[in-house]
Amino acid sequence: MIQVRELTKLYGKKQVVENVSVDIRRGQITSFIGPNGAGKSTLLSMVSRLLDADTGEVLIDKTNTKKMKSNEFSKRVSILKQSNFMNVRLTIRELVSFGRFPYSKGRLNEEDEKMVDQAIEYMDLGDMQHSYLDELSGGQRQRAFIAMVIAQDTDYVLLDEPLNNLDMKHSVQIMKILRRLVDELGKTVVIVLHDINFASVYSDRIVALKNGRVVKDGPTEEIIQSAALKEIYDMDIPIQQMNNCRICVYFNS
Amino acid sequence: MKKRILIPVLILLSFISLFVGVSSISPLDLLDFQSEETQIFLISRFPRLVAILLAGAGMSMAGLIMQQLSRNKFVSPTTAGTLDATRLGILVSMLLFANASMIEKMAVAFFFALAGTFLFMQILNRIKFKDAIFIPLIGLMFGNILSSITTFFAYRADVIQNMSAWLQGDFSMVMKGSYELLYISVPVFIIAYMYANRFTVAGMGEDFSKNLGLKYRSVVNIGLTLVALITATVVLTVGMIPFLGLIIPNIVSIFKGDHLQKTLPHTAMLGAIFLLICDILGRVLIYPYEITISLMVGVIGSFIFLIMLFRRKAYA
Repeated sequence: MIQVRELTKLYGKKQVVENVSVDIRRGQITSFIGPNGAGKSTLLSMVSRLLDADTGEVLIDKTNTKKMKSNEFSKRVSILKQSNFMNVRLTIRELVSFGRFPYSKGRLNEEDEKMVDQAIEYMDLGDMQHSYLDELSGGQRQRAFIAMVIAQDTDYVLLDEPLNNLDMKHSVQIMKILRRLVDELGKTVVIVLHDINFASVYSDRIVALKNGRVVKDGPTEEIIQSAALKEIYDMDIPIQQMNNCRICVYFNS
Repeated sequence: MKKRILIPVLILLSFISLFVGVSSISPLDLLDFQSEETQIFLISRFPRLVAILLAGAGMSMAGLIMQQLSRNKFVSPTTAGTLDATRLGILVSMLLFANASMIEKMAVAFFFALAGTFLFMQILNRIKFKDAIFIPLIGLMFGNILSSITTFFAYRADVIQNMSAWLQGDFSMVMKGSYELLYISVPVFIIAYMYANRFTVAGMGEDFSKNLGLKYRSVVNIGLTLVALITATVVLTVGMIPFLGLIIPNIVSIFKGDHLQKTLPHTAMLGAIFLLICDILGRVLIYPYEITISLMVGVIGSFIFLIMLFRRKAYA
């Protein structure tokens, strides 16, 4: 379990994240949603130690993240940021192999190679494992990065807007993969999402932020409600039930 | 671009380099240790070859490391002010210590090369607009500012003539006793190779590195220190060699990608081969005179650089 305790982050005098406390449960997908500038990405960056919090602390399985060595931390928590602009020419296999870096520092042993093979297999990238990343489509590249995270073999996988710049087909593909990571491999996934319908259909819990504060935090069914969404987005959003999915029809509200 | 091609080519060119020159030496002459030919061989030809190999490999590797750490294919000691900072350092050492020894010059030049490179990286961090072409332009401007400071003080102190010796790379002056400083780059190569994986990870950005538990800042600092060491030794012993650090890593990257553990040896070898070719051509073209290496590399290098720019769309 990740326990976020009273985290605050200031940019200058502006509080981007204000006194946020959240529990993230194991074996679930937790989505962070909210309007632009709500502090979702900043919060995720602090949980993953990419950013230092000004006050507050993060506990991972009861250990304070500040007390963990960076190498130990990288074996338990992985983070993919949206800014994976790649001008580095690596093949998929080379990238996925770097997922083993926390364990092997680049000198892969047999077990590392096996993990890399499995990760590539799992993401169905076997045919193109020797293609360079800059030759791939956005969806394939995103899958390559997720394969790297699988090879990194952390209990917690954090993703910052992984659906950015992906078309519908690839967005669905990525979300299904994340669901499988949780259901089949027992990972805990935390994800920042813009599209509330993806959050609604694929996540177990939703944390809604607004102006740096948590405004809603609960199981998906409780958050995907017109009243709750009104509070988060200041929009009247009708909810339609379709094939067991709760869909927010926000396009004309 | 296979090792089994590069290595024989390198050996062949090295052999040619040893036996091309004003006084003709044949391998058979070397059997007589006392002969004049053997003396020329030991005092001039062999040091020259070693200097070319080390300088070529070194500048190419320095360029590769800089490109990786700055995440920009157009950054190199030439286009980031490192060479100019080194020259400023040499001037300062000449002004501070009247008869500076090689080691003193080395220390000051190294310090300036390091400071200049760090300053450039700081400027990079502060720039919001990270266009691939814009960054080396800033580096060139930065280098020119340093260069004009150097010229100004060199002019005031009346050492312009002296300084220009370091402006132009020249292997004809390399002799036994004047090039040994270059051997510093051998351990630097080894360290660079040991850090190859870490440089590759660092080249994917700070967030990416932190995710993998890499101490990003210290890896960048180590990389830049290695670059400054190589640059300072090369400029001090043979002078500035432009473009090498820019074109060689880019050519290797096109064929072999950016996994440094795989590309560092290729980059080093191709850099040495390229410099050997330029040097042999420079010695043969207007025989018995010589075209300086920086002119040769400048002409051939800028030509290849232009081709690279035009073909950039295909690769970058």
